Amino acid sequence: MSFLEIHRVTKEYSGFKALNAVSMNIEQHSVYGLLGPNGAGKTTLIRIINCITAPDSGEILLDGKRLHADDINRIGYLPEERGLYKKMKVGEQALYLAQLKGLSKHDAMARLKMWFEKFEIQAWWNKKVEELSKGMQQKVQFITTVLHEPELLIFDEPFSGFDPVNADLLKREMLALRDKGATIIFSTHNMESVEALCDDISLINKSQVVLQGNVHEIREQFRSHIYRVTIAGTEQPDIARLPFEILASEQKNRNTELRIQSTGLSANECLKSIMETHSIVAFEELLPSMNEIFIKTVNG
Amino acid sequence: MNKIGIIIRREYTTRVAKKSFIIMTFLSPLLFAALIMVPLWLSGIKDNESKKIAVVDFTNEYGKVLKSDKQYVFVPVKERVQNIGNSQLKKDYYAVLLIKGDLVKDSTAATLYSEKQVGIELESTVSRQLSEYVENKKLDAYHVANIKQMVEKARTKIDVTTIKLDEKGNSKVTSSIVATIIGGLSTFLIYMFIFMYGVQVMRGVVEEKTNRIVEVIISSVKPFELMMGKIIGIALVGLTQFLLWIILTLIISNIAGFALFGTSISNLQAGAQLQGASNSGAQQAMMTVFQGLQGINLVEIVSYFIFYFLGGYLLYASLFAAVGSAVDNETDTQQFMMPITIPILFAFYAAIYSIENPDGPLAFWCSLIPFTSPIVMMVRLPFDVPLWEKLLSVGLLVITFIGTTWLAGKIYRTGILMYGKKPSWKEMWKWLRYKS
Repeated sequence: MSFLEIHRVTKEYSGFKALNAVSMNIEQHSVYGLLGPNGAGKTTLIRIINCITAPDSGEILLDGKRLHADDINRIGYLPEERGLYKKMKVGEQALYLAQLKGLSKHDAMARLKMWFEKFEIQAWWNKKVEELSKGMQQKVQFITTVLHEPELLIFDEPFSGFDPVNADLLKREMLALRDKGATIIFSTHNMESVEALCDDISLINKSQVVLQGNVHEIREQFRSHIYRVTIAGTEQPDIARLPFEILASEQKNRNTELRIQSTGLSANECLKSIMETHSIVAFEELLPSMNEIFIKTVNG
Repeated sequence: MNKIGIIIRREYTTRVAKKSFIIMTFLSPLLFAALIMVPLWLSGIKDNESKKIAVVDFTNEYGKVLKSDKQYVFVPVKERVQNIGNSQLKKDYYAVLLIKGDLVKDSTAATLYSEKQVGIELESTVSRQLSEYVENKKLDAYHVANIKQMVEKARTKIDVTTIKLDEKGNSKVTSSIVATIIGGLSTFLIYMFIFMYGVQVMRGVVEEKTNRIVEVIISSVKPFELMMGKIIGIALVGLTQFLLWIILTLIISNIAGFALFGTSISNLQAGAQLQGASNSGAQQAMMTVFQGLQGINLVEIVSYFIFYFLGGYLLYASLFAAVGSAVDNETDTQQFMMPITIPILFAFYAAIYSIENPDGPLAFWCSLIPFTSPIVMMVRLPFDVPLWEKLLSVGLLVITFIGTTWLAGKIYRTGILMYGKKPSWKEMWKWLRYKS
């Protein structure tokens, strides 16, 4: 079931089309990747979902109902340009942001206590934000984004500024939130994390959706029938005899690793033809990475 | 609690708790008090040292009249020197009084010589004592019985009271000095308030933008709510500060008055204004001030003061907020501040000129134009402004501040989300026309 439906949303800024008839369906309890080069219109779309700006035309349905300004309490948003009041104390500030999301002071306190314990940052409560490192501030920002237990979470470039340890923590928390029932929209340039986290994606380029669907299906769709075959022995196979092209070969230990591409034959047929002369150690299809697909789609 | 309330509370409490606010709030009244007290205190200091004045008396009559007191000791000298400039006397004495001839016949026959400028007090002491003596002597010459008592009875001092008539023919006792002071003071306070707190609004907006917290917040509240929350919160900070200033200034100057002079400041000021006057004269001056205050409708003045205070602030604060939203850092604010500061400064100068002529055309027009009226109208109010002018001025101000707030809201909404772009007037004009 679609939790968020976006129908032909268009937004124009004095002659410049920031979004052109963009549509997407975001499934409940999924992680949805919003990809695209800088200036493609991702942030505009995210701001429209957050009711920060309104679309010129088109419609957005949240949980089957037209998105309304009051719905922003059901959304948690971690913007790309994010920060905190430097002179304010961490605890005070987290409490303030939680109250702005409609939480009562009492509820906000209880939940903040829980999250601060979970991230082991209770000692920061009375520190001023300017005393914290950037990574520490990001943790506080993450907490304030998810504190009101929103049904829809939007993360814009969440990993920028995080060290690998904290980035990993963040990934785990995102998946945990999804498992608890949240729907997550996730915008990033980090394609590895897209492969690891996202169920579906939309790729926006020049204000339009150019690629959309399930991550796995997209990778299959972009398959170019490249396989990696490892055969025993260091002897080069006889190229002329084989029914496919060898893109590269490399000797590893006492084996040879080949990258082959066949346009007409299935994987089985390829395997069969090698098996006649060589003993096989490993065989694997190489699906294109999201990074390759991204570059290919945007440039092509 | 609704969201705008939460924002107002944060803007208010973080500012009021700041060290700079507390220091400013408690030091400024001390400074005000010092400004009032120090000149009074200095003028109150008397030399303890008694000064000797040589009296060279050619008549052998008037010199004896002068009575010495703690401060001035009159010493008759035997030398009959005409040319004091060359004598030893001017070096030995603080001053030399030369009486060349009969003062009854020639009232200019007494001269004071000194190396330093003599104080007005010495001059008046000598003049008073000699005048009294000469006056009595002249009266005696008429040989009329009880003439001194008759003259004493006939002596009268006339106090002119100014009475102003309103349309219904009721009379009011007025004092133009009191009205001028009240008008000038409230004008200055409003000018200061608009500037100080308008700039604070702008800084607050720039701070939120450079901190990059603004997008986090407007995903919870509407940009307009954030802007208004900030403006109202800071207005409350301003009102708090001025209220504390007034209370503290009154308390401190009264305490200081008791400590230094053993009397309260209001008595002292009245006394100081009429130096040399008799006690009853000082009391009369006090009466004049009080009557003058009664002649001015203080409740009305205070209500208008608060209205113009807030109206003027709201008009300009929203413009300051728009400027803050358009720039990335505080140094870029300069070029956009100009069009805002010029009308404020103009209004302030217009107000100063209007103090002298509160019914002139400059005062009239500037008290109606909304961009100057909050500052200029306060000068005119103590002098009774026709009702239609007041209503027109208030109405125009309300319409204008709603207008500027609306316009500023549109610029603000777009500006706070723009980064890394150097804004121009053209750009801001475009933002005005964006749909939400």
